[in-house]
Amino acid sequence: MGISIDPFLVALILVNFMLLGSSRLLAYIRFVAVQGVLLGLLTLTAPEGLTVPAVAMAAGSAVLKGVVFPLLLRKALGGAGVRREVQPFVGFTPSVLVGMGALAVSVWLGTRLALPFPLVSPLLVPVAFFTMLTGLFLIVSRKTALAQVLGYLVLENGVYAFGVPLASKAPLLVELGVLLDVFVAVFIMGIMVYNISREFDHIDAAQLSELRD
Amino acid sequence: MLLLALLLLPAIAGLASFAIRADGVRRGLLVLAAASHAALVAAAWVGRPAPVWGGRLALDAPGLLVLSLASLLFLATASYTVEYLRREHHEPVQDFEEGDVFTNQPEAVFTGCLLLFLATMTLVTESQHLSLLWVAVEATTLASAPLIAFHRHHRSLEATWKYLLICSVGIALALLGTFFVGVAASGASGEGPSLLLADLIAAGPQLHARWMRAAFVLFLVGYGTKMGLAPMHTWLPDAHAEAPSAASALLSGALLNCAFLGILRSQQVLAATGQAEFGRGLLVLLGLLSMAFAAVFVLGQSDYKRMLAYSSVEHMGILALGVGLGGGAVFGAMLHAVNHTLAKGGLFLLSGNVLRAFRTKSTAVRGLARVLPVTGVLWVAGMLAITGWPPFGTFMSEFTILRGALDGGRFWIAALYLVLLAAVFLAMGRIMLSMAQGQPEGALARHRVPEPLLSVAAPAALLLLSLLLGLVLPGPLREVLEAAARAVGGP
Repeated sequence: MGISIDPFLVALILVNFMLLGSSRLLAYIRFVAVQGVLLGLLTLTAPEGLTVPAVAMAAGSAVLKGVVFPLLLRKALGGAGVRREVQPFVGFTPSVLVGMGALAVSVWLGTRLALPFPLVSPLLVPVAFFTMLTGLFLIVSRKTALAQVLGYLVLENGVYAFGVPLASKAPLLVELGVLLDVFVAVFIMGIMVYNISREFDHIDAAQLSELRD
Repeated sequence: MLLLALLLLPAIAGLASFAIRADGVRRGLLVLAAASHAALVAAAWVGRPAPVWGGRLALDAPGLLVLSLASLLFLATASYTVEYLRREHHEPVQDFEEGDVFTNQPEAVFTGCLLLFLATMTLVTESQHLSLLWVAVEATTLASAPLIAFHRHHRSLEATWKYLLICSVGIALALLGTFFVGVAASGASGEGPSLLLADLIAAGPQLHARWMRAAFVLFLVGYGTKMGLAPMHTWLPDAHAEAPSAASALLSGALLNCAFLGILRSQQVLAATGQAEFGRGLLVLLGLLSMAFAAVFVLGQSDYKRMLAYSSVEHMGILALGVGLGGGAVFGAMLHAVNHTLAKGGLFLLSGNVLRAFRTKSTAVRGLARVLPVTGVLWVAGMLAITGWPPFGTFMSEFTILRGALDGGRFWIAALYLVLLAAVFLAMGRIMLSMAQGQPEGALARHRVPEPLLSVAAPAALLLLSLLLGLVLPGPLREVLEAAARAVGGP
């Protein structure tokens, strides 16, 4: 308690914009790691405060998203021997503009969907929506398979941020289950990225377009 | 305790499979675990297991129904898989479609993931807590993705990638939906019922209506992606066509039902808030849309596994439509889930036999009945079963849904439903009958391909059950189907 949440939320917004505007996969991995750590800190502001399980969950999630995932994805990238750019369908300046639009939509959504209980910060819901929209946009607008994995992680982070004030609704074991799922998902996606790059000599998901009717 | 045993048995056997070196032992374990799981499910029919972990794990009628289908199909698939794995190669093999060389995944990974897949599906059916349900559904995606990538060639990698990404993104939306239910259940101070299904249904009218509607839409999109409802079905034909046929059978016959259960759970909560009509309208819409998409893509299909996959989209549409129509159609939908599992599971296993003998997935295959006499006969029977011909069970369930639509006075929907069913019947009938008839080409014309007993026993048994269900509906099954239908808004 007593921790102000707003600086973290503003930092999350900035990280989202940096993701939209950068071109290098390594930078992506770094930004998503920062976002993971910020989210871990965010969970400490949950209504039930600094209980032992809450701190453990926050630390676990921060370590997973801030350290384990980046190492894993870097390994998938390192083994790939591929171009290190994200290969966008949509250029970086338009992407940032889309981001601004998404932020506006998120703020509007935040005012439309009023939560029935008071929140630690009125910014929380808009930031969560903005992060989700950023993730979705990255998935559809970046060609590289690895960038899509990172987009999925950003989306998941956004959903997770929305769930912060509701943390007490689910038992700890279930929360661990959510975290485990995300971990295994990224792990398997990492293996897939590695296999795709070996098979196709690239990790360009746009070329995964042979199966169609 | 039975509930935990059902979960732990396949989970432990699956983990053990990764470690076992001897192929024979591992295959034996697969069949043993499948048979024991089926026996435990049978025990659950005799005496309903008590809830555990504060009611978070329990088996109600819809859960028992989906679990039984998964377990039965898994048993059939396990016996087929043993034969399949015996004939698969460990060394690099040449891809018969494009000629490049690939190596299969280690068999231990395939068997292990198969068993873990069963464990995660069991967890879906037992989950009574919405967050736990989400964890379980996402886990099914993760356990089944390596199955699709068994043949490590680029088509299966592409299919796996689409499956993983599209389903994971879809299911992330379902997690948001779960949080929305949490908000809907919160009072001004943030307190309120837990996310246990029973608590939410009991709290019913106190839930915030607007948040609940938004949550339902997210569930429908999220779990609907996994269930293969159009227009979120795009991963399904690729994954079902590229996976080994045993995995295709499970994905189509067992996994889609699990995702359907997720949608049923959200409809249950929505109905408790007094907004059942909102959910039903959307289910009817997506149901008809899925049937229409499937009809269009089956019509011009040149790949028989993709044809079966699109037929799954159609049947998932029928399930959604049945629940959406309400009344007697809900019972029809529950019965249809059973029939679809039996018929489609059998057909996908048969498609594996065809693929092995003819080495192509093209619908230009001819002379199936000559080259593979047993598979050929079953293939035609399967065609009749899946397109709803009497006396197969599908006819009964599709007819029940039609009667539900007519009783409710929804004549336009009934007419559209009939037209789409007829379109898919004509398309599938044309493709599958011409595959069975005619003269095979090349070397296949001169000698018959052997058909080991294990490769035809399971599909024959599944299709026989489908036939029997059309003739007689056993009392206990009827009771469970009725209880399941009542739980999700039937009479």
